[in-house]
Amino acid sequence: MSLLEIKNLSVEFGSEKNPFRAVEGLDLIVNQGEIVGIVGESGSGKSVTMMAMMGLLEGQGRIVADTLQFDGKNLLTISARERRKIVGKDIAMIFQDPMTSLNPSYTVGYQIMEVLKIHQGLRGAALKQRALELMEMVEIPAAASRLNAYPHQLSGGMSQRVVIAMAIACNPKLLIADEPTTALDVTIQAQIMELLVNLQKSQNMALIMITHDLAVVAEVAHKVAVMYAGQVAEMAKVPGIFRTPTHPYTEALLKSIPEHSKGAHRLSTLPGIVPGQYDRPSGCLLSPRCPYVQDKCKAQRPGLTAIDGGVVRCHYPITAKEA
Amino acid sequence: MLSFIFRRLGLLIPTFFGITLLTFGLIRMIPGDPVEVMVGERTLDPQMHADAMHRLGLDKPLYAQYVDYIGNLLHGNLGESLVTKTSVWTEFKTLFPATLELALAAMAFAVVFGLLAGVIAAIKRGSIFDHGVMGISLTGFSMPIFWWGLILIMFFSVKLGWTPVSGRLDLAFDITPRTGFMLIDTWLAEAADPSANAGAFKDALMHLILPAIVLGTIPLAVIARMTRSSMLEVLREDYVRTARAKGLSPARVIFVHTLRNALIPVLTVIGLQVGTLMGGAVLTETIFSWPGIGKWLIDAISRRDYPVVQNGILIVATLVIITNFIVDILYGVANPRIRHAK
Repeated sequence: MSLLEIKNLSVEFGSEKNPFRAVEGLDLIVNQGEIVGIVGESGSGKSVTMMAMMGLLEGQGRIVADTLQFDGKNLLTISARERRKIVGKDIAMIFQDPMTSLNPSYTVGYQIMEVLKIHQGLRGAALKQRALELMEMVEIPAAASRLNAYPHQLSGGMSQRVVIAMAIACNPKLLIADEPTTALDVTIQAQIMELLVNLQKSQNMALIMITHDLAVVAEVAHKVAVMYAGQVAEMAKVPGIFRTPTHPYTEALLKSIPEHSKGAHRLSTLPGIVPGQYDRPSGCLLSPRCPYVQDKCKAQRPGLTAIDGGVVRCHYPITAKEA
Repeated sequence: MLSFIFRRLGLLIPTFFGITLLTFGLIRMIPGDPVEVMVGERTLDPQMHADAMHRLGLDKPLYAQYVDYIGNLLHGNLGESLVTKTSVWTEFKTLFPATLELALAAMAFAVVFGLLAGVIAAIKRGSIFDHGVMGISLTGFSMPIFWWGLILIMFFSVKLGWTPVSGRLDLAFDITPRTGFMLIDTWLAEAADPSANAGAFKDALMHLILPAIVLGTIPLAVIARMTRSSMLEVLREDYVRTARAKGLSPARVIFVHTLRNALIPVLTVIGLQVGTLMGGAVLTETIFSWPGIGKWLIDAISRRDYPVVQNGILIVATLVIITNFIVDILYGVANPRIRHAK
């Protein structure tokens, strides 16, 4: 049985009459110990999907799904109290900006120990011991002296390590990293990424990696979901998706990686932006930007069709065209 | 932390200097002098007037008077009242507990209800409760104290007869002042002699309620609004989302992770309200005939009792400064980023 199973998830914001669908008909399956990459432009619904799953939208968004199941528990029907026993313990999340993700009024030791206290009931010396252990696991130097440090006394990379320590405190089955390295500088990015992947292996966690960085995904992920305007455009195994992308959007994303434009004067881009609330086309959401657009694309929204080792949402997948 | 305290202390010296200049100058700008006021409407022989002014040292040039004043202050001499001839410090000591009791009660009322209303309004943002609280607090903030006091007296004291109209205690009780706090004194007296003083504590409490509400209304409104906006700001912070992602209970998220940070600006506002409270005490004490320093200062001004006005205000200002100083230190305690600033 898969660890996380999401079927037909939609998240809506705004009024009932005039809703904005941030996520639409999303399917995602994550197995134990698997690394799944979710990529897409800003505003494509990557973070919202994960926040909805963890119950962090707090009544702001309306969540509808056929299945939203984690580790055998139906996240749609359990009470908030039950959900809080899972969130932070079995599912943990790392956020984008470590400098603002930690509470400035409490020491990092306190913030790590808080999770252990709430979920594992640890107290006293055992609690402190475990916090130290965690800080050493995320390779914070001089961990013992840093227990009493406040977040403003740490660098961004160090803060992100603290956030990771907090997230893995209760040995979660699923760790969600929401652009964990976006706010850090390049040298630190590589270190944090390496740390995450090592932890994933040693703890045998499933890891969902939300990112803009296709190179990272290509290197570590087993499976990639490409999101566009709240929908999954394509989901396939690595490295297949990188060798033979079937969705025009995936292809465009791959082309826009600077390394792929060597020798060219300009980087390859996909013109236009993700459609907003009021300018969503009636046909395929990518149709205004798609280089291969046909009449059918403008008239009719494509559903997900199975392809070799994955799914794609396109009337004219690229491989089919070439065949 | 120590250097933080010393830096703050160093800033106090120019502040004190400014206050002495202000009080000294302002009271002398009011037409009339102590002798004229004492004599009243009877005609006064210019020679006698000059003699009296000379005796009081008020015939010297202003700068000389100011130098005398500062000299006395530096020797710890606060002078004595021109009218009663008792020392300003003694008068202050006798009257201050009444004001302090009133101010503490008002502040407790304002802080407890202000924080509560602010937090709930922020959590239930956009609800009827939120709009109600914010509307009422705007009204409270805009209301003149003397008018509000009179309305409450008319309704609760005169119409409903629930509370006494004025004073600190019914004349039927004869309580020996021990602490100067009527609530404590009556409590002690009742405990010592239950038969003679039965009901004294309740009577003192009933006397305190209305003035405390009147005095606490503006601080209450300010605290409620500040708490709400500060809470709303902090609720949007990433670390609050982190707290929720840790699976903490809503109560823990609100009180441990949000309120702690939201309190920092509120604390400053509470500190600043102590000044408002002292200003408000003058009006409130006058309306409710509350025998505190507010009424004392008003009387001193109308009698042109220069030493009482100058030094009475200086003492009050000192108290306000000390309170703000304590708030500043608490601010450092509440906010580690300030404590560690060099």
